[in-house]
Amino acid sequence: MGGTDNSFEDRLAAARARQGMNTPADAAGAKAPAGGGFAGVALRSGVEFASAVAVAVGIGFFLDRWLGTRPAFTIGFALLGWVAGLLNVRRAIVGMTTPPDRGTKG
Amino acid sequence: MAAGVAIQPMEQFELHHALGHFGASVNFTQANLFMVAGTGLMLALLHYGARPAAIIPGRLQAAAEMLYAFIHDMAVDQIGEEGKRFFPFVFTIFAFVLMGNLLGLVPFSFAYTSHIAVTGALALLVITIATAVALREHGLHFFSYFLPAGVPLFLAPLIVPIEVISYLSRPVSLSVRLFANMMAGHVMMVVFATFVVMMGSAGGIGLIGGAFPVALNVALFGFELLVAGLQAYVFAILTCIYLHDAVHLH
Repeated sequence: MGGTDNSFEDRLAAARARQGMNTPADAAGAKAPAGGGFAGVALRSGVEFASAVAVAVGIGFFLDRWLGTRPAFTIGFALLGWVAGLLNVRRAIVGMTTPPDRGTKG
Repeated sequence: MAAGVAIQPMEQFELHHALGHFGASVNFTQANLFMVAGTGLMLALLHYGARPAAIIPGRLQAAAEMLYAFIHDMAVDQIGEEGKRFFPFVFTIFAFVLMGNLLGLVPFSFAYTSHIAVTGALALLVITIATAVALREHGLHFFSYFLPAGVPLFLAPLIVPIEVISYLSRPVSLSVRLFANMMAGHVMMVVFATFVVMMGSAGGIGLIGGAFPVALNVALFGFELLVAGLQAYVFAILTCIYLHDAVHLH
């Protein structure tokens, strides 16, 4: 694209923003969580949370079996998985599109 | 149970050999058959849709172009300009999942996306490719992904395992979401369809009462159409997000 095209693009973007036609970064993201409304978000969150806990408990279980420290790692990783699950849920809700300031806030 | 009708909602997910003796000898099941059919249908849509290359597209061409533009825009929006490189991959995944979801709604067909073996394989493929892209783009710097910027170093022993678990849970949630949605929908439809048969076989007032599950199933079918499209969309957009993370790291 040449310079004129660029300035046109800029002016078009400015005009669209002025008319409230798109909020650039969120345009696609707003669509995604809307699918299925509240139930969709709730179900998504459940899957996000449960999968993290399942993965963590699995890791803990196999570490325990390998090192012969039966409950220690399973319990520890279950707690870590719980936190990771909450982190997943937060990321899923904050925006499917913009994984923005990952972790700096959370 | 009236007249020996029992609700068997899981029976529909059993695999059988397709194509007679040929299928039995190479273990070719109806799931494989519908994968081939779905792929063939999608290829046919794109081939015959693209062939006229008319300025004012017909219905088929419009469908093919909309599908193409939809995924293309999604890939570019989500991943950025680099998204164009991954467009073929994302489009393939989307088309495969969409066809599985939609074909599964045709009576007497089989929804191959209702098997976790299939969705799990797809999710593993996505995660493996995303990780490979991240490693190729960033080398060992990729591992800084697990320690977000600005986190005090003494928290690393806590944060790193959490981030690793979060990363490893992606393929699980990706596959379970699609599989659970598809399976639940098909189970519900069979359950309500069996109600119709039970009511009907009870005779008398049951013949009238049977209309309710029919009505419910009609509504459910419309809902399942939405779910079929939506879940394919969600699968594709999450693929894009994971690729975005792979390309840009944070």
